Amino acid sequence: MAMKDVAIVGVGSSDFGRLYANKSHPNDAYELAAEAFKEALDDCGATQQDIDGLLCINIKYGQFGETVGLTAPGFVHDLEGTGRMSGVALQEAYALIRSGTADMVACVYATNGRSAGLKYGGGDADPAGAYDAMYGMTSTGAYVSMMYQRYSRLYGAPEDALAPLAVNNRANGARNPIAVFQKEIDRDEYMASRFIAEPLRKLDYCIINDGAVAFIVTSADRARGMRKKPVKVAATAGRAELSRSYISPDFYFSTSAAVAEDLYKKAGIGPDEIDCMQVYDNFLPTILFTLEGFGHAPRGESWEWVRDGRVELGGERPLNTSGGHTSESYMQGFALHVEAVRQLRGEAGDRQVENCNTVQYMCVSPIVTSHIFTAE
Amino acid sequence: MDVAAYEKLLPDITPRNKPFWDGCAAGELRLQRCTDCGRHRFPDAPVCPQCLSSSASWEAVSGTGTIWSWCTMHQRYFAAFADEVPYRLVYVRLTEGPLVISVLADEPDELRLDLPVRVVFRPSPGGRVIPQFSTGDLVTAA
Repeated sequence: MAMKDVAIVGVGSSDFGRLYANKSHPNDAYELAAEAFKEALDDCGATQQDIDGLLCINIKYGQFGETVGLTAPGFVHDLEGTGRMSGVALQEAYALIRSGTADMVACVYATNGRSAGLKYGGGDADPAGAYDAMYGMTSTGAYVSMMYQRYSRLYGAPEDALAPLAVNNRANGARNPIAVFQKEIDRDEYMASRFIAEPLRKLDYCIINDGAVAFIVTSADRARGMRKKPVKVAATAGRAELSRSYISPDFYFSTSAAVAEDLYKKAGIGPDEIDCMQVYDNFLPTILFTLEGFGHAPRGESWEWVRDGRVELGGERPLNTSGGHTSESYMQGFALHVEAVRQLRGEAGDRQVENCNTVQYMCVSPIVTSHIFTAE
Repeated sequence: MDVAAYEKLLPDITPRNKPFWDGCAAGELRLQRCTDCGRHRFPDAPVCPQCLSSSASWEAVSGTGTIWSWCTMHQRYFAAFADEVPYRLVYVRLTEGPLVISVLADEPDELRLDLPVRVVFRPSPGGRVIPQFSTGDLVTAA
């Protein structure tokens, strides 16, 4: 039997800005998840009865299934609430559809990390073992700061090298009505931002906010009869780099390069043909590591490559058009998938990339993944 | 420092890692070494990741390494370290291969990549001796 082509047909996400503005209101992750799921179903004209595959990320399928009346799906799986699972979740949905194991899969992510006071350090969602904690080492951001310290010294990146990325994310957030931060910043505001784990500043860090994301994945054949223009998953690839530390000795370069080679070959599309990039940006240096590993920028030179407007809206290769994790929302990579879909459908409003036909998602982390999406 | 809070951050001493802590107390950096293929590993683990042998011994190693990178923590994540910020952390590549997080016992103003360091042993706030690193002698020698 021939493998099926796969498409995303429905997307839903919270109004992150509205949730963030109402700080005193504690949010229930299942309520947020149910809202995003309903929006994704409405987006494609499906109902719970159409969903026969359910992937829950950072929430539990039992409670979620009961909450939304999805109690008898043919395939169910919970994935841990980490950013690296964003790419993995879509890959799992892709494999389920492609093989014919499921006909229509819902991926649902939700977090109420802000309401719950999650800090991503000091023991919360911490990658550190006790051999690190006894020195006061904690938080994924601190490990990334060590990688960036080495990167910047090896390649001569100046102190303000990440400023264009911080400025770009905020400029895009200012064009996104659901972004948490919709105010533009300039280089000086970036440089005045306080250190968290020096050399990284607060403005290099993802937001901690509440919200949910859902997307519906099905076969290209089934997608054709649905409400909106389907977005095809042209190819997806991944490779892990597993160790107890978040630090990769080559900043995930060789792992990313292997994923890139596989991905571009499968898609028959290379980095020069990408119209818009969605890059997992837990911390801004991750963007530099990603651009180099995936062949968008020369190794050691991405900090120069991103200057002078190349990655801005209207530039050669727009990056994180919704504002990314430092401006729109930290949905651990899931909202970046939704943005890819909205761009390819032409639904991105003021931040729409002109003639957008190919979007690449990239997640550089201990599980490196990347997908290329195309307009059908 | 809140010593009780600090002590909760220390690794539990177990039958499997006890030789490491005994080494620290004796002023010696000891690592597990695979009896079959000779690979060093840290922290202690049930098998060798290279050959999967479960046979290993503990050996004193050189105690030398180089600074792979560093960062300075400004955020108060751990209650025990709340009064210590900002403090510098280093990531050291041991000559035998493993990479370890630590701190410098001396605090040179300027650090550079791949600076040679040597292990030293210092009591942590509750008294348990932990490894730290020094840039001192080797820098002068270089």
